[in-house]
Amino acid sequence: MMAIELVHEKSSQRNLSNAGSLEKKGKREHVRSILFLLPSWILLLLFFFAPILLTILFSFTNMSLTGSAARDMDFVGFKNFVTMFSDPSFRISVLNTMVFLIFSAILGQQVLGFTLASLMRERSRSFRRIIGTVVMAGWVTPEVVVAFVWFAFFSDQGTANVVLESVGLKPVAWLYQFPMVSVVIANIWHGTAFSMLVYQAALDDVPKEVEEAAKIDGATGWQRLWHVTLPIIRGSISTNMVLITLQTLGLFTLIYALTGGGPGTETETLPIFMYNQAFINYQLGYGTAISLVLLVIGMIASLTYIRLLKLKT
Amino acid sequence: MSRKGGLRLNRSTFNRVVPYVILSLIGVMFLMPLLWVLFAAVDPQAQLSLKVPRGVTLDNFQAILTDPATQMSFVNGLFLSVGQSVLVVIVAGLAAYPLSRYQLNYKKPFMYTILFATALPITAVMVPVYQLFILLNFVDSLVMTMLFLTASSLPYAIWIMKNFMDSVPVELEEAAWVDGASVWRGLRSVIIPLMLPGVFTVSIFTFTSSWGNFFVPFILIQSPDKLPASVTIYQFFGQYGLVEYGKLAAFSILYAIPAVIMYIIGQRYMSQGFNFGGATKG
Repeated sequence: MMAIELVHEKSSQRNLSNAGSLEKKGKREHVRSILFLLPSWILLLLFFFAPILLTILFSFTNMSLTGSAARDMDFVGFKNFVTMFSDPSFRISVLNTMVFLIFSAILGQQVLGFTLASLMRERSRSFRRIIGTVVMAGWVTPEVVVAFVWFAFFSDQGTANVVLESVGLKPVAWLYQFPMVSVVIANIWHGTAFSMLVYQAALDDVPKEVEEAAKIDGATGWQRLWHVTLPIIRGSISTNMVLITLQTLGLFTLIYALTGGGPGTETETLPIFMYNQAFINYQLGYGTAISLVLLVIGMIASLTYIRLLKLKT
Repeated sequence: MSRKGGLRLNRSTFNRVVPYVILSLIGVMFLMPLLWVLFAAVDPQAQLSLKVPRGVTLDNFQAILTDPATQMSFVNGLFLSVGQSVLVVIVAGLAAYPLSRYQLNYKKPFMYTILFATALPITAVMVPVYQLFILLNFVDSLVMTMLFLTASSLPYAIWIMKNFMDSVPVELEEAAWVDGASVWRGLRSVIIPLMLPGVFTVSIFTFTSSWGNFFVPFILIQSPDKLPASVTIYQFFGQYGLVEYGKLAAFSILYAIPAVIMYIIGQRYMSQGFNFGGATKG
């Protein structure tokens, strides 16, 4: 009995001292995690979360780069938003953003990226490597250079017109007659590699047996694609869709350097419109209100992305 | 019978050849604009359309490389990109440690905030960031611009670093502690060596996106002698783009080289950034 009690006492004592050291350890870990996280917090608060809060704050002001409103800005309520929604240029830029987004990213990059990934699946290794490298080159090329390369390609004496003339067609002033087509093609060239890589990874995970089984059951290539492959990789499709939407939504440099948003407002997407209002027309308050719209769209897409990731696990 | 057999053979050959034809066509279309830059840069009489150069000259490269303004822009660009990459790796690595190793009650909301921030377009906050820079008198400061860039890639970097750190077994670290190593020392001698793929992934991604970033320095930097290459090449394009294609092509190649090198080094690590599955452990 005694012995057992003694042991019992001993073990409870040990538990006690263990709890004490655990508490100490917990405290130390707590202090250490604060120290380790501190630099991140400072940078994120100052340069990430503060600007987001300022976006909300400033979009209700008449802040300006010049004149009296530069020094004494006033809160003007929803005036910027009222102006924005009645501004035909705003509507045009929303429309342009949607056209650009749908054709260059959601359709262009996704379909081309998927086509590349699926066609490359059963090809020889060296062939795959060559095509893959060429497509990746568009992605590795910095945006300003992408703009420059396509500016040359679409210029009056550029390669596009040389090709047209060689097959007996009339040359076209691409950047003036089809500016949106031009920026869409340039962005497909620049961004497709991302979708290609995503779909290569996704298709690698599709079990061969499932496709073989469908083949034995007599399903044609299209049927297998539609009823077997696509349903299996639908998680990757939606994730990729949200990610490239976010990338395309914030795209500024490519369009700015290629067409400057023009001619007129034909390729003026929301980021270009925001830039023009804030820095060319000096209306920082109005420009911030436009940023807020971009930010809200981005937040919705971002939340969708998190939702999709959660669904996957 | 034999006709049917022949038809089947034709169809299967057809099915085998078509993907090669389609892929080659796409490949050629992707290659054309690129070939033009490569040819125009060495062509003594560069034109706007793709043609094989008659002769080969390095004059364009020489002209760009010997221009002090261009040299300065490369130095500025390297300062921003290298500085940003180093800081991002250190700061995100530090943050990843407690997030990966300790039970923190705010871990989950923090990681979701980070993931949320990862996806936000930076373009959308540039107008208020400019206002913030005016307010704090940071405009035209390369250091502050670099710090802003660091902050903008932190969410992504913390997320990746944390997931890489999760894959380093705690037991290895504990063994080092038993041998008398401090947490700091364990981090340095056990975790960091095993984390190298993560460190590479993050620094390569950060460097490449920073080197190519035009919008941020375009807004925040004003003095011509502080501008990085991404902005200088744009200005060069605006000033001489319609005349001196050869020089602009050479500038483009020189400017793209660091990004290409980084990509080649990082090729084996890059694929991990595309593994959505691995990035979901909250």
